[in-house]
Amino acid sequence: MLTKVLYIDLSRYRYSVEDRRDLFEEWIGGTGVAVQLLKENMNPEIDPFDEESTIVFAVGPLNAAYPLASKTVAMFKSPLTLNIGESHAGGRTATSIANAGYGAIVITGKSKKPVYIVVNNDKVYFRDARVIWGIEDSLIVARIIAENEKGRGTRSVMRIGGAGERLVRYACVTTETYRHFGRLGLGAVLGSKNVKALVVNGRGSRKIVDRKAYREVYDEIFNLATESDAMKKYHLLGTAVNVKPLNEKKGLPVTNLKFTSSEYAEELSGESFAEIIGRRIACSHCPVACIHIAALRLPYENEPYFYKTLMLSYDYELIYALGTMLGMKRKEDFLKLLYRVEAYGLDAMTTGVCLAWATEALEKGLISEKDTIVKLEFGNSEAYCEAVKYLIHQPNEFYRILAQGVERASEVYGGKEFALAFGKNEMPGYHTGYAAHIGYLIGLRHSHLDNAGYSADQKMDSYPEPEQLVEKLMKEEQWRQVLSSLVVCFFARGVYKPDIVCRALRPVGMEIEEDELVERGKKIYFEKLRLKKAMGFNARELRVPERIFETETPHGKLNKDYIERAIEYFAGIVENC
Amino acid sequence: MTKIKRLVIKDIEKCVGCGMCMYACSRRKGEAGIDGSGILAVSLSGFERGATVIFCRACTEPPCAQVCPTGAMRAREGGGVIYHETECIGCGNCIEACTINAIFRRSNGKPAVCVHCGYCANYCPHGVLAYEEIEPEEFSRVVV
Repeated sequence: MLTKVLYIDLSRYRYSVEDRRDLFEEWIGGTGVAVQLLKENMNPEIDPFDEESTIVFAVGPLNAAYPLASKTVAMFKSPLTLNIGESHAGGRTATSIANAGYGAIVITGKSKKPVYIVVNNDKVYFRDARVIWGIEDSLIVARIIAENEKGRGTRSVMRIGGAGERLVRYACVTTETYRHFGRLGLGAVLGSKNVKALVVNGRGSRKIVDRKAYREVYDEIFNLATESDAMKKYHLLGTAVNVKPLNEKKGLPVTNLKFTSSEYAEELSGESFAEIIGRRIACSHCPVACIHIAALRLPYENEPYFYKTLMLSYDYELIYALGTMLGMKRKEDFLKLLYRVEAYGLDAMTTGVCLAWATEALEKGLISEKDTIVKLEFGNSEAYCEAVKYLIHQPNEFYRILAQGVERASEVYGGKEFALAFGKNEMPGYHTGYAAHIGYLIGLRHSHLDNAGYSADQKMDSYPEPEQLVEKLMKEEQWRQVLSSLVVCFFARGVYKPDIVCRALRPVGMEIEEDELVERGKKIYFEKLRLKKAMGFNARELRVPERIFETETPHGKLNKDYIERAIEYFAGIVENC
Repeated sequence: MTKIKRLVIKDIEKCVGCGMCMYACSRRKGEAGIDGSGILAVSLSGFERGATVIFCRACTEPPCAQVCPTGAMRAREGGGVIYHETECIGCGNCIEACTINAIFRRSNGKPAVCVHCGYCANYCPHGVLAYEEIEPEEFSRVVV
């Protein structure tokens, strides 16, 4: 079992390691343990940029032991929502942390000067980052650090770009070029601590209790991952396969959700992007290789016969947020914007929703071109590329406010009815029905991945009473606490069913029965909910943007009363937990 | 020269950097992780430029065996090495001697080297690795 916790104190440039078997036995790992470590190490009422604000990275018992267990959970207080920040990233993050021998890394304090942290197996180093502070392209930052540090192939370089340095409240942390701790602003929290990057290099192993059983259950999982249909969607076109069916069903948000289908959906579909796939890449220890990379070949502006080729990873959420939501007409336009957003290290989903709101606010005259500097209009990629630069440099009051998210921007400038944030987190790409929207509202991270309401919508012909729908979504979210404590990729939820999870845990030293496992997920869920309350969450204050009632869904137009009843029911659960 | 079965590259350009091979190698030794792995998956200056795997290319005159002071690392007939851990003092000479950096240091200081057992090839999902009997001169062939 991975039970060691590495504590890094940036204020004193010290570190220590503790064996926290107690935590890992009770709370499994990942999300379960991260909630406890955050509770232990941070006052929940603190400002996310305060010196005492804490970041936890946690892995679990299946990481580096089984395929598809490739995720790390980051937990912190979100500067975007001022509530729980939790985001998951793959790449080599999880295997590097696990192979370095840690179950979790806790980062506290604040460095006086810019540093990057290097965890090299059992040692921690604080490196001078003054020279690389100010490099806004996160890819360049990573290349420089990779030249300086050991561990080619066994390290993860988790870094921020210009967005994190400038405290954009939805700055992400990028790792292995194409993976992100994307949502809720972890990049800004690292930036506030003067940390440009966290490098973790791990090259160890851990002992197996029963070699034979280990190989057997490993092979079973491997075969399910490679031969069954469980991972097929991700292995073939990837999540971008969703564009066409959602467009046909009228569940695809287009131009700030004024519409739910677009004549350009075909151009922005998974099938269309497949024509320009340059290569595929995998997270460490995952045979699926779901990372689809488009090759964008662009001529030099002023010289004939010179080309550069940008390699950009895309998936459904990015196509939605920076594509359909902004009325993009051509995939090249979308990719050019994506390139900017990636380089600066912004969360693509929040950025897209913010820009979509700003475009409509400009159309309606709530803001002027004096505010936006460039004329934002749906489909105008160049203008959006400029605007992204302004989000980083914040040359005026408008961009300083838009860098705080769409909730804040609409508080200042109006247009709340079309400011598409739920629990202050910008909307994901599904306008599929009640379950999606209620899911965003009641999900503890306000993410579509909390409870997959979008999936429930697509499986239901008619809806139960709102209270029952809330129960259904909560049940899914509770099971997902188990998955994110192990920590396996949510894409592998079709492989990691309770039975196989229990059998996989035994050889790595954890005996647990199926019922108990499910119960553990419920316990973790309520621990997280209580932490959310301690950070000030009140379900009755949840705002529902009017726009979602105005636009057609695959289930027709939504009724406000149904969603209000769902919130009321959930508020009762929150109060009594 | 004797033909032996060995781990071969079928098409390196297909590598997605998943490292399934690395995990297989240590798993065969009863470990969960990569401490004992004699193969390494890497990106090529970042994943936007692709990925590759690094492992012993089964030299017929292996420099690593030549510099081993105890005979723990010995040249194998047909190419590559045989490694006896109990005779190894962990000096690291072999790691330094390998021109392609295909010998790795374990946490106990001793080397991890590919012995061409072929176990990892069973877990390469994308047709990069295979376990085949080939002529030594075929080993560096280009696949297009």
